Amino acid sequence: MKILVCISQVPDTSTKIILKDNNTAISSDGVTYIINPYDEWYALIRALELKETGVASDVHLITVGKADVEPIIRKGLALGGDEAIRIDAAANDPYETASYIAEYAKSVGYDLILCGKESIDYNNGVTGVMIAELLDADYIGFAASIQIEGNTAIVNREIEGGEETDTCSLPVVIACQKGVAEARIPNMRGIMAARTRPLKVVTPTAVAPVAAILSYEMPPAKAGIKLVDPDNMDELVELLHSEAKVI
Amino acid sequence: MNATESVKAIKGGEFLIRETAAESIFIPEEWNEEQLMIAETCTNFLAQHITPNLNRIDEQEEGLMAHLMEEAGNLGLLGISVPEEYGGFGKDFKTSMLVTEKLGAGHSFSVAFSAHTGIGTLPILYYGNDAQKQKYIPKLASGEWKGAYCLTEPGAGSDANSGKARARLSEDGKHYLINGQKMWITNAGFADVFTVFAKIDNDENLSAFIVEKDLEGLSLNTEEHKMGIKGSSTRQVFFNDCKVPVENLLSERQNGFKIAVNILNLGRIKLGGGTIGASKDVISLAIKYANEREQFGRPISKYGAIRYKLAQQAIRTYASEAAIYRASQNMEEATDMLVESGMDEIKAKLKGTEQYAIEAAIIKVHASETLDYVVDEGVQIYGGMGFSAEAPMDRAYRDSRINRIFEGTNEINRMLTVDMMLKRAMKGELDLMGPAQKVAGELMSIPDFGGAEEDGLFSKEKKYIAGFKKAILMVAGAAVQKLMTQLGKEQEVLMNLADMLIELYVSESLQLRVEKLVGIKGEDACKEQLDIMRVYVYEAAERILKSGKEALNSFAEGDELRMMLMGLRRFTKTEDFNTTQARRNVAAKLIAENKYCF
Repeated sequence: MKILVCISQVPDTSTKIILKDNNTAISSDGVTYIINPYDEWYALIRALELKETGVASDVHLITVGKADVEPIIRKGLALGGDEAIRIDAAANDPYETASYIAEYAKSVGYDLILCGKESIDYNNGVTGVMIAELLDADYIGFAASIQIEGNTAIVNREIEGGEETDTCSLPVVIACQKGVAEARIPNMRGIMAARTRPLKVVTPTAVAPVAAILSYEMPPAKAGIKLVDPDNMDELVELLHSEAKVI
Repeated sequence: MNATESVKAIKGGEFLIRETAAESIFIPEEWNEEQLMIAETCTNFLAQHITPNLNRIDEQEEGLMAHLMEEAGNLGLLGISVPEEYGGFGKDFKTSMLVTEKLGAGHSFSVAFSAHTGIGTLPILYYGNDAQKQKYIPKLASGEWKGAYCLTEPGAGSDANSGKARARLSEDGKHYLINGQKMWITNAGFADVFTVFAKIDNDENLSAFIVEKDLEGLSLNTEEHKMGIKGSSTRQVFFNDCKVPVENLLSERQNGFKIAVNILNLGRIKLGGGTIGASKDVISLAIKYANEREQFGRPISKYGAIRYKLAQQAIRTYASEAAIYRASQNMEEATDMLVESGMDEIKAKLKGTEQYAIEAAIIKVHASETLDYVVDEGVQIYGGMGFSAEAPMDRAYRDSRINRIFEGTNEINRMLTVDMMLKRAMKGELDLMGPAQKVAGELMSIPDFGGAEEDGLFSKEKKYIAGFKKAILMVAGAAVQKLMTQLGKEQEVLMNLADMLIELYVSESLQLRVEKLVGIKGEDACKEQLDIMRVYVYEAAERILKSGKEALNSFAEGDELRMMLMGLRRFTKTEDFNTTQARRNVAAKLIAENKYCF
C-alpha cells in the first residue's frame, strides 16, 4: 500500500505577523517556518506507523512550493518518509495546491492520501477535500483515529457532541486531527538519512487560482477586561447591552 | 602586526600577537540545514522530556534521570561525536558543541548529559584499545550504559595528581586492586562504567582504569546535598580492594594525568557551550516576564533600568558565543590538518584540542561568568518572583553557580591561561618576545596622534583591539622581567593578566563575528549586532585598563611605572559614544521579539 502525505510549510506559531506592500502580503523577513503541525504530528506520523506495522509499503511526502520549502520537506524525510516530492510552484490558493497534488497523485496511484485537517496559517481546511474531488476519491475529514484493514479504512471522527465511525474502501483522502498519532522528534539516524533519501522536483501543469487575496487586516487590539462584582448583575446586563452589544 | 600576518588559521594563543581575518572564523549564523535540524531535535527533547519534569528531576525521583538519558540515547544525542564504527554518528566538533549548547538549558539533565558524553565516554573512546572501545563505547553511545569519571578526592581537587587512591597488582597478576575514596562524582548513582584515576604502587603519576559498577569492592555513598543542580547524581565512590581486571587499565601506566588534562581541555570549551545555551534560555524567560509584568500601568520592559539589564545580558552572551565557536572551528581545523598529515584521527583530535587549550580555559571562565551575570540579573528582573521557588529564576540562579567551580575552578583556569601562554613562549612556540620588545620601543617613542585614520565600519574597534594586544604585551612583558620566577607566586598579577587576555580574546572574536555577519547580511540587517560589538569593546577597554593598572601598580614604581601607566592609557583609549542609546537599541529588538534573538 502506498501512502502520500501532504506537507505544508507554515510560519512558526510565535511569529509576529508584519504586513507589507500596502497590506496585500505578509512579510517573510525573520519568519521561522515549520511543518504544519496537523500534517506532521498526525498525518505523517500515522503514515509512518502504518509502514512500521507492515500495513504500508511506501510513504511519500508531497509539498507545493519553491526551493525555499525544501528544509521542511527534508525534515519530513528525517522523521521517516521514503521519498519526497516538491511541486515546483508558488500556489496562490487551496485549489491550485490541490490541483498540483492531485495531478501528481494520479500519475503514481496512491491507496491512501493523508493531510492535516487544516494548515495553521490560512486555516482554510479545504485542500484535502479538493484533492479527493479532483481524484474522484472518497474523503473523510476531522479524523481522530485511522485503522486500515485490507482494502478498508476505518476512521473515527469527531462530530458535534460525540464521535462516529466511518468505513470506506481505498483509495481515500483523510484529513487528520489530534488523536490520530503522537508527535515524534526526528532522531539522529533519521536526520542523517534525510540527506540520502530522494527529493523529486516536479514541474506541474499550470492551473489558474480561483481565489485571490485582496488585502490583509490585523485584528483590533484586545480591549481591557472589565471586572464586574458578582453581586452587581444589573451592571453586567447593562454593559452586555450597551458596550458589548450582545444582548 | 600587519595585514600580511593575517592568516587563515592562527595557532593557539597567537591571537595575542597576530590578526585574524573575519572570513576565516566560523560564526553561529552559518549553521547548515542538518545542524539546525539537530538543534531543533535537542530543543524539542528539552521541551517534551526535561522542562515539564524539572521538579521531579530535582527531587531525584528513582530511575528518572537514567530513563531520560536513555530517551536522549534513543534520539542519538549521546553518540553525536562517537565514530559510526562504535555506534555513534561521527559528527564534527562544532555540531557536538551545538548539541551541548542546546541541551545546556536542561539544568541538572544537562550536567548528567555533559558528564556522560564528555568525561564519562571520551577517556575510553580516546585512550582505550580496540577491545575496550568495542566493549564499552556502543553501549555508552546508545545510553544503555551510563558513564562517570572519578578523579577528585577529598584532599585532591585542583591538585588532581596528589590523589591518595592506589592500585596494586594482585598476587596472581590478573587484577589491579584499587583502594581509595573519590568525591563529587557526577552520575555516580546510576553509572554503569567509571573511569577511575589512581596511582599504581608508588608511581609519581596517575593511571586510569575502566571500572564497572558491579565489580567487587566498589560502593557508593549517599547523594550529596547541593546548592544547585540538585537533580544531578553526585556521590562519593569508595574502592576497597576493588578487583579490576588487568585488561581494564586504560592507556599506559602513569598516563592518567595526561588523560585527565586532555579530557578537561575539551570539557572546558563544552562547558562554555552549555552555559551559553542556559544564558539564552534565561534571557528569553526574563524578556517574556518583563513584557508581561506591569507596574505603574506599563510593562516593566518599558523602563530603562530593565532594558539596560536585558541588553547587557544579551551583549555578554553574544560575545561569549562568538569566542566559543571561533575556538571550536580552530580546534576542528587543527584536527583536520593533523589527520591530513597522516596522524591517527583520535590522536589528532587530542592534539588539535590541546593546541587551543588557552582559548578553552578563557572560554570556560568567560561563559560561566556570563551565565552567572545573566541569572543574577534574571532574578532581579523577576523582582519578588525571582526570589520565589515557584518561578524558574530560583533554579537557574542556583544551578549556574557550579559552572565557576567544576572543570577546573575559574581561578585555576585563569592561572592556566597565563601559564600556558608563557610556557609556549619559553618553548619558542609562540613569539611573545619580539612583539613585546616592539611595544616597549613604542613606549619610548612619540605617540602617534592620528594622521591618516583608516575609515571603515570596523576600523575603530580593530584599532582598539590592536591596542589591547599592546597593553597586554607591555604589562605581561614587564611582569616577566620584574618578577621573573616569582611571577607564578604573584597570583593576583596572574589573575589581572588572565582577565586582560580574556577580554582581548572575546572582544576580538565578537568584532570578527559581526564583521563576517555584516559581510553576509549587510549593515542594515546587523544594526543591533553592531551596537552589541561597540558596547562590549568599549567596556572591555575599561576592564583591561583597570586590570593592567592593578598589575603594574603591584610590581613597578617611579618613572618606569608612570611611563607604563601612560602607555596603558594610550593603548586602551577609546572614543566615547552613547552606550545608553546602543543598549536601548539592543533591548528594543529583544523586547519586540519577546525572546533572545541574536
